[in-house]
Amino acid sequence: MTRAYRKGKYALRLLVVVSVLMTTVAVTAQEPIRIAIVAPSSIRDLSWSQSIHASLQELQEEMGGESVLQIAYSEAMSSVSAASETLRGYAEDGFDIIIAHGTQYGTSIFDMAHEFPDTSFAWGTATETGAERGIGNVYAYQAAAEEGGYVNGVMAALLTESNVIGAIGPIPAGDVRLYISGFTQGVKSTNPEAEVLVVYVGSFSDIAAGTTNGRTLLAAGADVLTGTSQVVVGAIEAVRSAGGFWFSTQSDQGDVWPGTVVSSQVYNWVPMLRDIVERHQDGEYGGIAYKLTLANEGLRIAFGSVDISSELLMAAGQAVEDIIAGKIEFST
Amino acid sequence: MIQIRQKFVQRSDPLIVLAPILAILLALVIGGILLLLLGRDPILAYRAMWEGAIGNPFENPTSLANTFTRAIPLMLVATGICVAFRGGVINIGSEGQLFVGALAVVALSASVGDSLPALVYVPLSLVVGFAGGAFWGFIPGFLRARFSVNEILCTIMMNQIAIQLLNIMLSGPLRDPSANVTQSARLPEAVWLGRMLPPTRLHTGIFAALIATVVTWLLLWRTPIGYRIRAVGQNREASRYAGISVPVYIILALTLSGGLAGLGGAAELTGVSRRMVSGFAAGFGFSGIVVAIFGRLHPLGAIPSALLFSAMVTGAERMQRTVQVHYETIIAIQGIVVLFAVSSSMWVQRRAARRLAIDVGMSPSDDEPESGAGDIRPAEA
Amino acid sequence: MDERTLLDVLVAASALTMVSAMPFLYSALGEVFSQLSGVFNLGVEGIMLVGAFSSIYVASDMGLDAGLLAGVLAGMVTGALLGLVMAFVSVTMQADQGISGIGITLLGRGLSTTLFILLADGVLLVESFQPIRIPLLSDLPVVGDILFNQNIMVYGALLLVPVTAWLLRRTTWGLQIRAVGQNPAAADAMGVNVEQVRYSAVVLGGTMAGLAGASMPLALTNVFQVNMTAGLGFIAVAMVYFGGWSPWRVMFGSLLFSAAYNLQIWVQVLDVKLFGETIPVNILLMMPYVLAIIVLVFARDMQRFRPQAMNRPFRRGD
Repeated sequence: MTRAYRKGKYALRLLVVVSVLMTTVAVTAQEPIRIAIVAPSSIRDLSWSQSIHASLQELQEEMGGESVLQIAYSEAMSSVSAASETLRGYAEDGFDIIIAHGTQYGTSIFDMAHEFPDTSFAWGTATETGAERGIGNVYAYQAAAEEGGYVNGVMAALLTESNVIGAIGPIPAGDVRLYISGFTQGVKSTNPEAEVLVVYVGSFSDIAAGTTNGRTLLAAGADVLTGTSQVVVGAIEAVRSAGGFWFSTQSDQGDVWPGTVVSSQVYNWVPMLRDIVERHQDGEYGGIAYKLTLANEGLRIAFGSVDISSELLMAAGQAVEDIIAGKIEFST
Repeated sequence: MIQIRQKFVQRSDPLIVLAPILAILLALVIGGILLLLLGRDPILAYRAMWEGAIGNPFENPTSLANTFTRAIPLMLVATGICVAFRGGVINIGSEGQLFVGALAVVALSASVGDSLPALVYVPLSLVVGFAGGAFWGFIPGFLRARFSVNEILCTIMMNQIAIQLLNIMLSGPLRDPSANVTQSARLPEAVWLGRMLPPTRLHTGIFAALIATVVTWLLLWRTPIGYRIRAVGQNREASRYAGISVPVYIILALTLSGGLAGLGGAAELTGVSRRMVSGFAAGFGFSGIVVAIFGRLHPLGAIPSALLFSAMVTGAERMQRTVQVHYETIIAIQGIVVLFAVSSSMWVQRRAARRLAIDVGMSPSDDEPESGAGDIRPAEA
Repeated sequence: MDERTLLDVLVAASALTMVSAMPFLYSALGEVFSQLSGVFNLGVEGIMLVGAFSSIYVASDMGLDAGLLAGVLAGMVTGALLGLVMAFVSVTMQADQGISGIGITLLGRGLSTTLFILLADGVLLVESFQPIRIPLLSDLPVVGDILFNQNIMVYGALLLVPVTAWLLRRTTWGLQIRAVGQNPAAADAMGVNVEQVRYSAVVLGGTMAGLAGASMPLALTNVFQVNMTAGLGFIAVAMVYFGGWSPWRVMFGSLLFSAAYNLQIWVQVLDVKLFGETIPVNILLMMPYVLAIIVLVFARDMQRFRPQAMNRPFRRGD
């Protein structure tokens, strides 16, 4: 037992030595870029926080794995002061790029950015980079949630038989409001007869209340629903049980609810993250306000495995084209 | 006399000193097993925790400064909870009172702008924060005194109402006009509490917190008002007979309690975040309850207790970052620490009391530390 | 849309109110046992989370796929275990009950999420209990849809109310619980084993909190998510005070609170106008809590029903 353990230990040491040697080789080739994310909810939330983590993993794979790009994350940072200390900690640990994935973290970023001039900071949903105040190492980002909302709305309007469509959000603010207003506009543009019933749960985590809101919309006659944030997972289940259709946003939920989710507006952060990484390697650390749109492929419409008519598909394609061509004026 | 002897007994029994430390160590060992199961190195994790909370303050004071910074609102909230408790009411509503206190400061700065000098503005903002929290504490106090509405329930409900109020204000009247998000504008510089150790965010609010804690202690134990608050807390019936207006002092206790939480909100706002965002100071109200109880529901106990708790939480963040443990795993370990610590502390008190009883020949129950942490529910009228 | 009558809305809202109230009923009724025996268990929230995770993990085909009833059982067993921890800490170790409960809440919250990540990476879904129409009764107008077309866990929660009342009023054990909560010294003098009775009450309370947790994924949401109880456990503890430690009044409080929430959803759905203006959503979301306070103002003071020995550990010779 002890001998085997010792042997194991030697083998382990050998392994460590070898891997250290190998890392040295790798380091001389190129030091890995280190990226840290601070997210307000769990990275398994099927929505906002998952979208950035999944994109980062995708980029990591694309660039060649851990030896090129290292990811660290701190999730469920609902307390802003806790997040603030964590962000500073990542900066002190020498991370190259630090992503503060929530509007509420902005103050913390601007508080520390000037102390770490060689670190790239990014935060969103936001538009402010501080460039006009002479801060050079902060990116801001936001998603044009209304665009995919509009596309989803167009399809929902064609799909509904009851002409009643439901929409659920956590609280009426920011990204949520953008998505729902875009969705409503999409519905109205296609089927003025249809009405959109909007409800807000009042919480990001109370999925039981989310379910109740979903069931209420079904009871009110809705046969097609949509919703945003992690609070709606139970509502999607309610829609699935009732045989209705669901439209998603933020993350692709089609795999989880194959027969129910018609399409998801997916936040594809990969192009933005790739750009930030490349700029970092070129010695540029900030100053751009990114906006994910359909035009720049920051937003993707991912279809689930629901059988949909070609008419629906065409309408969705047309809506995407119109938005890209700038033919749609958003009221937000 | 007995107190002196008790202290003597405590000092002479090593187990009494060691028990809480042993309990925390044991809890950390269990937490370590949990970390091993998750494939993380517990030694590395706990070292990160230590470095995040304290580190080597002579080389790099950042960690310690972070611990102190976070202790400021905790200390104030916990002190507030002590006042209510001593007055015979339980205040679960610190979270809401803290929000409303901070909101009041935002409203003040929105209406005054930067037209005041810092010398006036800073104290004014603290007073306004206190007043905001006090108002949110007054409501359950009034309802308790006038309509016998259970204050535990009422303050829980008031928390939820405060959260919605915050959402209304941040998406409406107090919203930052320059951004399409739910946050207030940045406060004018004249209202900021100064930072003492840049780049850390340790701010002068720490003095406000320490002063408020000591003043609260003096108020409760050295003034007639404090005496009456505590008398009502001890025994309402007897206080009534003694001519004390029980309703007035119940309202006063909850109002002061809310005021201290509001002061905590104001200090956190003007010292740390300097603008109100959704998720502002989330969880401080709740943690403050733990801090207060660990501090034996005594204002002076709140000082070390707040520092200890703050160190634990601040260290946990470093731990999450360094070994990439899920935040919630750290929460589970904290739960184990709390359970072990609270079990051992009562065990120790009983042991001390037993020893004392043998020494002076009386029943152990007569010498429980004054109301102690053992009972967060004071006598009911 | 236009042909919907007020009655239809009320029926739909009431039917959902029953479901919304279900987790409150299980957990609050369990807390009644615990508090009446003299133990204030603030750990309900954490126990519910562990119950919710373990039940769906056992039941779901993405987990152990052992069926819904096994899931319910798993929720009860884990709830009982955490109840046992609470009983040990608060009764045997005589630790402060409020802070023990906070410890249990932290432990349960952290444990449920950690296990979720460890055992079920990503998502856990389950086909939950389906509504069972009770013949004849479900055909009754109005009440048929509200009361007699629910799933088995809703029926269970409602049936628990008279069962709890009976246990507490009519059985020796129930009387012992109330005796050790009111005056443990007297109960002890009469030969009641105070520790044992408190253990049984707290473990039962934990079991029911676990059941409450299980009822959320297995009879409402079909899905687990990190921190899904969202403070509901604390409201359940508040319901016990609200109901003055009486099972029937606890039920009334739970239904009233859930009804207020469900009605405000309908106000949003129907876009009800006040003075020609849409009512801001945040104001509506405040309403259940404001209503609760108003009800408390008009309700008689329940404090006199409070178990006198609550929060007081018992020692022989006190």
